[in-house]
Amino acid sequence: MNWKRFNCCALIKTHDIPVVTMEDLRKDIAGKVRLEDKRVLAFFGVKRGDSTFLYVILGDDTISRLFITSVEFDKNTKSYRSFTPEVPSLHLFEREFYEETGIVPEGHPWLKPVRYGKDQRGRTGLIEQYPFYSMDGDEIHEVAVGPVHAGVIEPGHFRFMCHGENVYHLEIQLGYQHRGIERVLIDKMNSASGENIFFPQITEKIAGDSAVAHTSVYASLMEILTETEIPYNAMIIRAICLELERAAVHIGDLAGIFNDVGFIMGSSTFGALRTLIINTSLLICGSRFGMGLIRAGGVNFNITREQSAQILENINTVQKKIERLIPLTMLDQPSVLTRLEGTGTVDKETARLIGMVGPAARASGVAIDIRTDYPSGMYRHYPARKIVLEKGDVFARSYIRYIEMMHSFNYIREQLEIIQEGNISEAVNNKLPADALALSMTEGWRGEIIHVAVTDDKGKLIRYKIKDPSFNNWYGLALAVRDNGISDFPLCNKSFNLSYCGHDL
Amino acid sequence: MINLIRSRIIQGSQYIKDIRKAEIRPPFRGFPFISSNCTGCSKCIDSCPSGAIQISPVKIDLGKCTFCGECQLHCPNHGIEFSVLHKVSADSPDKLIITSDKGYQEFKRTAIEARAEIHKLFGRSLKLRSVSAGGCSACEMELNACSNVNFDMGRFGIEIAASPKHADGIIITGPITENMAKALYESYLSTSPHRIIIAMGTCAISGGVFDGSSELNRGFLKEFKPDLYIPGCPVHPLTFINGVLDLLGKK
Repeated sequence: MNWKRFNCCALIKTHDIPVVTMEDLRKDIAGKVRLEDKRVLAFFGVKRGDSTFLYVILGDDTISRLFITSVEFDKNTKSYRSFTPEVPSLHLFEREFYEETGIVPEGHPWLKPVRYGKDQRGRTGLIEQYPFYSMDGDEIHEVAVGPVHAGVIEPGHFRFMCHGENVYHLEIQLGYQHRGIERVLIDKMNSASGENIFFPQITEKIAGDSAVAHTSVYASLMEILTETEIPYNAMIIRAICLELERAAVHIGDLAGIFNDVGFIMGSSTFGALRTLIINTSLLICGSRFGMGLIRAGGVNFNITREQSAQILENINTVQKKIERLIPLTMLDQPSVLTRLEGTGTVDKETARLIGMVGPAARASGVAIDIRTDYPSGMYRHYPARKIVLEKGDVFARSYIRYIEMMHSFNYIREQLEIIQEGNISEAVNNKLPADALALSMTEGWRGEIIHVAVTDDKGKLIRYKIKDPSFNNWYGLALAVRDNGISDFPLCNKSFNLSYCGHDL
Repeated sequence: MINLIRSRIIQGSQYIKDIRKAEIRPPFRGFPFISSNCTGCSKCIDSCPSGAIQISPVKIDLGKCTFCGECQLHCPNHGIEFSVLHKVSADSPDKLIITSDKGYQEFKRTAIEARAEIHKLFGRSLKLRSVSAGGCSACEMELNACSNVNFDMGRFGIEIAASPKHADGIIITGPITENMAKALYESYLSTSPHRIIIAMGTCAISGGVFDGSSELNRGFLKEFKPDLYIPGCPVHPLTFINGVLDLLGKK
């Protein structure tokens, strides 16, 4: 057995991880991932002494188990044969691995820069020098958009290759948002002294719209490392806030989609409903985005009986209004439906092949949801419902949000019934174990969020790997707009609503 | 058509009637009050993710503070208490440093000095362009919320322009990454010659939790001084709108 099998709540010692040869790894990955048996969850390098270790973590969704192995590159090995031609879902992981370690995946079809970090500019050049694809032909033209966009959103560059209105290909260039957040977190935790070495406030900023999801993954990772059991109430409060976050963004995105098709009535009604949901988060923790809620070992805010009644009232109001509004707005207006249906389709096979995740993948028929496949926290006691649609167009990606938010409201209602007053936080040992590796994940509203931490022989962090679902899905957006009118791009974009800083870190 | 009218009726009236007097409910964390019973245990400093606190005497720099409330939780003497007062904007970073003898009234009296030329030029119409330079999208979403049906800052003539060429100034969010430095310069230089700069959010003001990261390039702020600093992580829409109204000298 070349793989160490573990589950997502277990800590493993780094010396228990098998070290295999590149050829064995190739055989396994090509076989397992191509046969749709397993999925790649993490693929990253860690420097130890002169060598670089490549860690690969696969997940088997049906049995909820993870598999890890590693390959050692000594300082003289500077390349290996790329996996991407056989396993396309690895394309961005390999680009990232090359950028961070300098080890070349030979034969990678588009080995382009990812983030242009300071130490990597020797390999990547400046962000202005990105090697765009281009097309030739008499009636071909290119449209460049960004990094500063017309709306109030994060920066990124889109280059459309068009024939008239029709998009042949979209190339998405990111990296503008690179803040070095993994390094910031490692430095802050390693240099911290005294009683507190945990900084969920940094992981809140990985992607502000998924603050609760990222901090809960960070906190549970730290709890796995320090072997802390958190109180039952803390798990409930985390689940309530995570579902509130999911509902809020889904409502906000429906408002955005209506705005992008010029349906202002829908946009303003759903925009106002989102306000009520994020104000409910404010009621719990003082921040509309759930910032400051989660700490390693539990949560900072309890939900009192009065608050519980207020939350229930708010979600009932919103749920009732949405149930009445969806048939009146989205489903009743032919001018809206005609823009949504059949636009920006990603079929199931493509979605699986490029490794899409989250509601975008589920809208295309790929049935993966971390809440049910690898349940942790409250989802272990109260299973969530996995929603899968078939068609993979903008309508499916919008409609799945409607169904998911309804389930979120039901889930919150269920949690409010069982919450009791009591302890919400457990003391956490403020020392990390030596030579350990742990992985934690959850389903944020956008898809699976995975954090992996690796410590050295002194218990200091040497690697903190963050994978936001945007990392998997940006390429899905590029494929979705192929053969669509360029004016449908905003619509496709909003139906995915991917994070720029989650990708750029 | 009839269904659109039905939706309109379900929507009802959503706007906040008086933005100037609107309050935010607890446990919102706004202006911090500092009492003088500090024993110098430095637990607040250890718990602060962004180095916003100094002790003996206690000072909190709202330009660095992420309003996470950790210091309040860790202080054994209840020396720091965040209040719900949300109007925390100022026109210079020095004014954002809060001490135990500087109460809210004192802070508010001096925080923003309305300038006659800004009132004259932009008092009735201000078009702004947002440049996100490493922002996590929380401040960006709150800025979008300022224009929604609830907060509706358009009623004061304040709007977000799609292009910097149509704007009277820029709003910077995020800690300003190296990769966005050039785009920020160019956006700024494309705005009209009489322009203002607003630094929105803790990251933009000081770098926040990213302060010291090698991937930042904050040279822009050394060259050009913002006219308004709006702290918050993220900035609440009421904080933003009231800050801009104070800068414009509006009642």
